[in-house]
Amino acid sequence: MSVTARKPYIGVPRDSVANFNGRQIVYVSWDHHLLFASPFLICIEPQASFRELLQGPIAALIQADPDAAAIDWSMVEWLKSNRPWTPDPARSLSDNGIGHKDQIRFRTRGHNSLLPEASGTS
Amino acid sequence: MDVKAVPKKLGLKEKYRHLTRGLGWEPSYQTREALFPYAGYEGIRIHDWDRWEDPFRLTMDAYWKYQAEKERKFYAVIDAHAQNNGHLNITDARYLSALKIFLQAISPGEYAAHRGFARVGREFPGVGTQVACQMQAIDEIRHAQTQIHALSNYNRYYHGFHAFADARDRIWYTSVARSFFDDAMSAGPFEFMIAIGFSFEYVLTNLLFVPFMSGAAYNGDMATVTFGFSAQSDEARHMTLGLECIKFMLEQDPANVPIVQRWFDKWFWRGFRVLGLVSTMMDYMLPKRVMSWREAWEIYGVENGGALFADLARYGIRPPAGWEDAGKAIDHMSHQFMLGLYQWSFGTSFHSWIPSEEEMDWLAEKYPTTFERWYRPRWDHLRKLAAAGTPFKNFGLAKLCQCCQLPVVFTEPDDPTLSCHRELEYKQEKYHFCSDHCLRIFEDEAEKYVQAWLPMPQLFQAPLNGDVGAWMAWVGLKDGLDNGDFAGSPDQRNFEQWRRNATRNHREGEAQ
Repeated sequence: MSVTARKPYIGVPRDSVANFNGRQIVYVSWDHHLLFASPFLICIEPQASFRELLQGPIAALIQADPDAAAIDWSMVEWLKSNRPWTPDPARSLSDNGIGHKDQIRFRTRGHNSLLPEASGTS
Repeated sequence: MDVKAVPKKLGLKEKYRHLTRGLGWEPSYQTREALFPYAGYEGIRIHDWDRWEDPFRLTMDAYWKYQAEKERKFYAVIDAHAQNNGHLNITDARYLSALKIFLQAISPGEYAAHRGFARVGREFPGVGTQVACQMQAIDEIRHAQTQIHALSNYNRYYHGFHAFADARDRIWYTSVARSFFDDAMSAGPFEFMIAIGFSFEYVLTNLLFVPFMSGAAYNGDMATVTFGFSAQSDEARHMTLGLECIKFMLEQDPANVPIVQRWFDKWFWRGFRVLGLVSTMMDYMLPKRVMSWREAWEIYGVENGGALFADLARYGIRPPAGWEDAGKAIDHMSHQFMLGLYQWSFGTSFHSWIPSEEEMDWLAEKYPTTFERWYRPRWDHLRKLAAAGTPFKNFGLAKLCQCCQLPVVFTEPDDPTLSCHRELEYKQEKYHFCSDHCLRIFEDEAEKYVQAWLPMPQLFQAPLNGDVGAWMAWVGLKDGLDNGDFAGSPDQRNFEQWRRNATRNHREGEAQ
């Protein structure tokens, strides 16, 4: 059942992409790096390249983690909707298949300063 | 001729019978279905409303008498508190953050409960039920009022209290409590009773009120202790009503059991998520701690909850589906919440802070398996950043759960190093969740939850379109006064100054 109601009832989603003035929401998180209390919500144009997302908002947001400066972005593993996935940094978010409210995650295998036990895990 | 003596007064039992059964009548020109249109659509079958037993059998005149007496006592203490600068008796102004969260998120919940009980009192066909709901509706609005009055005295001196009504409607973290009550109020009358009357009032209320009121007493807050006492006898009645209601549903028809179980699962989890903030209050926000969240959970969750589940097992009800995962979260949640509140404190109408070394030692002792291992390194790092003059502010807004609306601060039940990611697609839209249990609730009634007003995505839509300054004005948040780190806040400065002035002469140039 989709809802308990006395008559047919259809809800209208509040966060459809049409409401975001040409931009969209992308959720980003760095696995095993929990200084950041929750995945980031980033509002960005779908025409932006993946590299722009990476070097712009993501780079700025993760600075506070002591491991941020040591990231080798060419070695990072990515997940989209919790499945392994390989982005092309030169292409746009939409060309990379990143839709509205997609969650992308990345993993780094090096030392983990704030969660030492998670070092090297992925 | 003998004249039969007419007794002057009715006995309590007779009075109650006249007031309840005696006032109910059979409709003559309307069907019962037309009179009570909401009684059937949830699928709950009731064969005999007269089997409803209200163990209190309270009549209206007795009710008014008791409540009036409590009101007199309450306002006498509140007046004394205001006249004697009672606000200076609290342990430390950090304590006020707990009060601010309570006023912004929980007191409006009392008002919502008032509206809900007024509504279901009309929707239930049974007269005994109607009377009990009517009294609870009046109790709840009284609780909202006494809480607002008790805390209004603090508003004369401290920041963050002034816009609680706007905060209730607009600020991001209150949407957690608000969505809980909105969810209950947009459900049918029986589900409402499970949500508020049973899960909230019976299963979870001890976890809210007992630590909160003892916390107030431990920290010298006479105003809050007084509204706690004033509400206490009502709460006993509410708990009894909640328990009576669930047993009534279960006894009336075996077909009710699976429906009740589904609501039990749902509302336990929703309540657990809302009350999660209490864990932070107990472990971090009370300058003088009563007990840890873990200890409170052992007493009020495991022991009391366990006894209740054993009692309900004879009806075929099993412990709520989220029970086991709740148990796994206990040693983590207060730390996860407080770390979040600290890094987002630029957007909260209360203060957060980094716990002192001494407080962290207490946390390590209370959480021997988790604090040192997982959480202390993060606090140490935050302290280092603050000491270097670059305190960490997380300007990446948070991903919120579509169901409970909390920022997804939670980790996998069996892996405290990994955020819990849950998502699904419904009618070509993606939705995210904090846990399997919130996802399950969404799946059951997707058309309801797709409409969730999630404050973070809303910030980027019209009319705010991402303007944080406009957002602050709209939610009533005064930057630099209401928000941010407690260290260096006007609340901290003023409290220390006033307390010093109470024992020493005022010096020129000092803050007033």
